[in-house]
Amino acid sequence: MAATVPTSMHAQDHEHDHDHQVVPSDPALRTKALESLLVEKGLVDPAALDALVDAYENKIGPRNGARVVARAWIDPAYKKRLLSDGGAAIAEFGYAGGQGEHMVVVENTPKVHNLVVCTLCSCYPWPVLGLPPVWYKSAPYRSRAVIDPRGVLHEFGLDLPEDVEVQVWDSTAEIRYLVLPERPAGTEKMTEDEVAALVTRDAMVGVAKVAAPAGGKA
Amino acid sequence: MRTPDLHSDSERLAFLPSMPRDEGGPVFAEPWQAQAFALAVRLSAQGHFTWKEWAAALAEELKSAADRSEPDDGSRYYDHWLAALERLVAAKALSNPAEMLARKEAWADAYRHTPHGKPVALRKVSEK
Repeated sequence: MAATVPTSMHAQDHEHDHDHQVVPSDPALRTKALESLLVEKGLVDPAALDALVDAYENKIGPRNGARVVARAWIDPAYKKRLLSDGGAAIAEFGYAGGQGEHMVVVENTPKVHNLVVCTLCSCYPWPVLGLPPVWYKSAPYRSRAVIDPRGVLHEFGLDLPEDVEVQVWDSTAEIRYLVLPERPAGTEKMTEDEVAALVTRDAMVGVAKVAAPAGGKA
Repeated sequence: MRTPDLHSDSERLAFLPSMPRDEGGPVFAEPWQAQAFALAVRLSAQGHFTWKEWAAALAEELKSAADRSEPDDGSRYYDHWLAALERLVAAKALSNPAEMLARKEAWADAYRHTPHGKPVALRKVSEK
C-alpha cells in the first residue's frame, strides 16, 4: 500500500502547471478530485502516477515497436521467436508492462495484410506503440474496420490488390496485436537502426505499409 | 517566444514545446486526460480492479455514448474514460459520488479564491 501524503503537500506538489486562477474544465476538476481522494486514501501512489504519465508521454512510443520490427527483419531467428511468442520476444528488449496481456504478432506477406482494431473500446499494445491515436479510438474506425476493412484502408491511402487477403484482428483486454509489416524493397543493405527508422506506427497497426526509403540509401 | 493571449488550457497546451505528439497529433489533448489514464492503470496495477473489469466499464460508457447518438470521433474518448473511472471507483467503494462531487467543488472553490500567479491549494481538509 502506498504511503499517504499530507493533503496540503500533495495539493502544492501538483499545482506547478496550473498557476493561474482560471477554474479548470469540468473533467479536469473531476480528475483532480479523484486523484486527490485516491492519493489521500493511499490507494494510488502519486509518484507512480507521475512516472506513468511521463513514461507514456515521453519514453514509450512507436519507436519501441519499430525496433522490434527491425530486429525481425534483420534476424530470422528473432522473427521466428516473435511470431511464435510475441510477448516473450518483445520482452527481450525490456518492453513489458501494460497489464500483462498476451502480445500476438501477425505477419504481413504479399498475400496477406493484417489490420488491428479494438471494436469494444481501444485495447492497444501500449508497451510497443505508446498511446493510441485519436482515430484508433473513434467509433467509425472501431466499427468499420471489421465491416469494411478495404474501405478503411482506402481512406488511409492504402489500396491493396484484390488477391491480397485482409485479416482483421480484434483486440481484447487479454490479447493485443502488433502487425509485422513487410520489409520494403531496396533496404537490403541497411542496418537495423536504419530500417527501424522507416517503420511507422500506422504500419504496425496495419493501416499503412512501410514505404521504401525516399531516394538515398540502398 | 510569443506570448499569445491564451484563454483555455487547450490553447496553452498548444504552445507547450514539450507536448507529446506523434504522427497522429498529441497523445493527450489535455493533461487531465493523461492523469485519468494513469489513475486507471495504477488502480488496476495495485489490484483495486482487474483490467478486464476496466475494459468492460469503459466499453459500457462508449456504448451508452453511441446509444445517445453522440458524435464519436475519438475527441470525447477521455470523457468516457473518466466517467467509467468514476463509476468503477464508486462500484469498488474506493470513493463515492458525494465525496467526489464535494472534492470537485472544493477544487473549483480553491481556484476561484487563489490570486493569479499563486499555487492553488485546497483551503481546508474537508474530509479524511
